[in-house]
Amino acid sequence: MMFGSFAWDWALDGWIVTTGILCAISATLLGNFLVLRRMSMLGDAISHAVLPGLAAAFLISNSRSSLPMFIGAVIVGILTALFTEWIRGIGKVDEGASMGVVFTSLFALGLVMVVQAADHVDLDPGCVLYGAIELTPLDTIPVAGLSIPRSAITLSIVTLINALFVSIFYKELKISSFDPALSTTTGFHAGLIHYALMTLVAVTAVASFESVGNILVVAMFIVPPCAAYLLADRIGTMITISVGIAVASAVLGHISAVVVPTWFGYHSTSTAGMMAVAAGLIFVLSAILGPRHGIFVKLARRHALSWRILTEDVISLLYRLRERNDATIPNRANLQAMLLTGNVATRVVLGWLTHRGDIRSTVGCYQLTDQGETRARSLVRSHRLWEQYLVSLAGGTVDRIHDKAEQLEHFTDRQLRERLDAETETPQIDPHGSHIPPEK
Amino acid sequence: MTDSSPVGSNRIPANPRRDDRTPGGPPIASIELPTAVPLSVYDLTVAYHRKPVLWDVGFDVPAGTMVAVVGPNGAGKSTLLKAIMDLTPRASGRIHVFGDTYRRNRHRVGYVPQRESVDWDFPIDVLDVVTMGLYGQIGWCLPVRRKHRLAAMEALEQVGIADLAHRQISQLSGGQQQRTFLARALVQNADLYLMDEPFAAVDAATERAIVRILHTMKDHGKTAIVIHHDLQTVPEYFDYVVLLNMRIVAHGPVEVIFTAENLQKTYGGRLTLLDEVTEAMRRRERSL
Repeated sequence: MMFGSFAWDWALDGWIVTTGILCAISATLLGNFLVLRRMSMLGDAISHAVLPGLAAAFLISNSRSSLPMFIGAVIVGILTALFTEWIRGIGKVDEGASMGVVFTSLFALGLVMVVQAADHVDLDPGCVLYGAIELTPLDTIPVAGLSIPRSAITLSIVTLINALFVSIFYKELKISSFDPALSTTTGFHAGLIHYALMTLVAVTAVASFESVGNILVVAMFIVPPCAAYLLADRIGTMITISVGIAVASAVLGHISAVVVPTWFGYHSTSTAGMMAVAAGLIFVLSAILGPRHGIFVKLARRHALSWRILTEDVISLLYRLRERNDATIPNRANLQAMLLTGNVATRVVLGWLTHRGDIRSTVGCYQLTDQGETRARSLVRSHRLWEQYLVSLAGGTVDRIHDKAEQLEHFTDRQLRERLDAETETPQIDPHGSHIPPEK
Repeated sequence: MTDSSPVGSNRIPANPRRDDRTPGGPPIASIELPTAVPLSVYDLTVAYHRKPVLWDVGFDVPAGTMVAVVGPNGAGKSTLLKAIMDLTPRASGRIHVFGDTYRRNRHRVGYVPQRESVDWDFPIDVLDVVTMGLYGQIGWCLPVRRKHRLAAMEALEQVGIADLAHRQISQLSGGQQQRTFLARALVQNADLYLMDEPFAAVDAATERAIVRILHTMKDHGKTAIVIHHDLQTVPEYFDYVVLLNMRIVAHGPVEVIFTAENLQKTYGGRLTLLDEVTEAMRRRERSL
């Protein structure tokens, strides 16, 4: 594979991307439940707070990648969740604030310790943030004749554990996230499930910390699940999509880390950083294109609404013209002038109404059909009932109610009209003196 | 079907067995407990941060009754339900559910929490929520099966929203949300139901549906303890009432206990001395 001057090397790039994907999947799987429980920050907090645990274990055992180091860090991670609860209880501050207190203190403590340690052992404070995913292929362990990077093995195990956890306890995670009280009363102690989840969050954070740094795991806990939340309306779909996004961000992130900077004449940049950026970009895309909350969909809905309103305005105008025996010839030019719309919009709307059978044209003049007549009468009735309602019950003045009624008539169905009619005591004429047409 | 407008029109025929009960008698938790008593609360005290929410609460609930828990805001009504289900730690007191601890008889208790207690934007559909009522029976780690979904569908039919089974819950109206919760409780097939304001802000049709379900429950010998705000409908919907304002003001059959005088005590007569001592305790703690 070639990307400009970049040649894909399976032994290097293959492992870097694999490590990134494993980290992304393991974090995203748990992250879905963090997002759904509205405790996204806790993933962030725990991934920062494990640092002093790592540093302490490192200072004591003087080596990296030892089991005590791992366990020490996980314990500190779980303590973060406990401390957060505790400070919220005694300090009477909200969860965000207490989390902020706990994890910044712990992270700062960790940084101090790392800087101390860096003087006499090989630990780089810079690596803490963005990790050294580019170096993972260099630290390998022979497994079944292949030399596999150590971090890839660790992260595969973590991914496997997380995948098993989510699939075995799917039902329990679902109920305790949606309704913790019900969960506890039906025998699935919500607190227990919470701490099981937090333990795995800490394990994932620690396992990722050293190889891919802090930034990637923080991003992957939150960003893919959030993007998936915008795209899916079922939890199963959301998890599946989030894993897809996680994988895509890892692949795209690495490629763009190597390729994009060369376009601008720079050397390649941090892969882990770029993976997080890629996830962020995918989130932006989901926010724009999402089917439920997407910006495009909202725009489209607004457009559809304004078209509907225009068609309704046309037929109620035709109704009113006929009602007052107006001499204006209802041809396209006159209708367009009265509705203050554009040429194209008028053509489209008249075409659509003709197609739907609400109007018909005879020698350029438009007339309501029976079907159109019924629709138009309902609209005019809604409009005038609203005017009556606004004046008699809402204290509106006669000269200022038209615009309001003009808006409301488009959102008034038969049921609402009946209630308006009852509340205004079945008026015959509206405040302007116009006859209110009967329902049918 | 009971119409919601006339108050207390069906009081007497609805409760033919009233006479053989001793209204407002002492809690029987201290003596031999018959397993037929759905709920027996004895000497219950609950405090948040040393601030008492419930003091010395004690009452029994006879089987097959619809019980209204009535009291002003902050009277500890929700806390009472939560304390019964061990969701809130209690400072003292004993609670017996069908003659044993709640923990042992948990499967016989169904809970309908307040509608606002959950996130209605959660990405699941109505059927999913109702099926959650069966998770306890299904047990740890086992999957939801077809028969469970069928049971959930049946409960949805009972509350009249079977057509919404596959809607995402964010698209429900308030009344439909409440019906969903009710279906979830029904599917649990419990013997004692604890409901936290099921009638709050629902439409008239939903209110009628809930009343109908309460009646069906009663006909099947089930017991429901319902936090209720609308005093007007208490005599019509319920046959037993617990008047609560941090302490039990009175409890017993509606026609005996639900009097203007007792309501005045519950809502009007604030427990001033308790308030004062609580305030003094808090000041003391702050100054330390």
